[in-house]
Amino acid sequence: MIEVRVFATLRQGRDKVTMLPPEGITNAADILHLLHIPSEEVSILLINGFHQKPESPVKDGDIVALFPPVGGG
Amino acid sequence: MEPRYERNLPALTEEACQILRKKRVLVVGCGGLGGHLIDMLARIGIGAMRVVDGDVFEPSNLNRQLLSEVPLLGISKARAAADRVARVNPDVALEAVEVFLTADNAGSLISGCDVVLDGLDNLESRRILARECHRAGIPYIYGAVNGWVAQAAISLPGDHLIETLYPEGTVLKNKSVLSFTPALCASMQVCLCVKLLTGYPVETGTISYFDLLNQEFEQIPMV
Repeated sequence: MIEVRVFATLRQGRDKVTMLPPEGITNAADILHLLHIPSEEVSILLINGFHQKPESPVKDGDIVALFPPVGGG
Repeated sequence: MEPRYERNLPALTEEACQILRKKRVLVVGCGGLGGHLIDMLARIGIGAMRVVDGDVFEPSNLNRQLLSEVPLLGISKARAAADRVARVNPDVALEAVEVFLTADNAGSLISGCDVVLDGLDNLESRRILARECHRAGIPYIYGAVNGWVAQAAISLPGDHLIETLYPEGTVLKNKSVLSFTPALCASMQVCLCVKLLTGYPVETGTISYFDLLNQEFEQIPMV
């Protein structure tokens, strides 16, 4: 399974942690699509604790963390 | 040691306090983040500050901006910052610049400063400031807030933190900010600034992320 953790406003309408079967998932963009998260609403994307891009590969057992943009002051 | 700095000791060494008195920082933005940044930097004993903001106070600032007061509505934020610092710590050499940051003036605003602190509220100005800091080889203490969430980091020349965080097309969903969120963010930024300036160990290449609603605090790697 792939563990997906979402943070802050990305939790609105979503679980804090979602377990996804790896079948059909090749990269992080596939996960965003499955969770209905537009890529422009993700600022920080971690795979196993390392900052990555949506096109980065994801495999069974990975942990993916998604943070929204924060930009006010 | 002057009495006003006695309580800095021994958490800060006397040498560190003396180093701070010789440093000049730039604070861009005198609003939610900037008001707290300026107040804390003045109290801890920074030597000189250039503060920049072309805006004036309006009623919607009052829920969170430390420098905003009802009698100051319509008054320049940079000017209010100068008046505040004069009352809090007149030993700080403060230069208030009542302009908005632009690509044309960023270089001259940064000139002569040891560190730049981000008190901005929009992505385009952050991109301009980060680019100019990179060009000038000056550390940039990033901070940003939204609702219950704050994040802060040290960006060193060449790490392209801002470009990584905010690629073109980035969407900010709302402009809500609560009173305590910028205060927390600014505290972290000033802490990072003080440590960087005085030689205390600092962690770079990571973002400190605070979700106050869910009481979650993360140190996020960005390299």
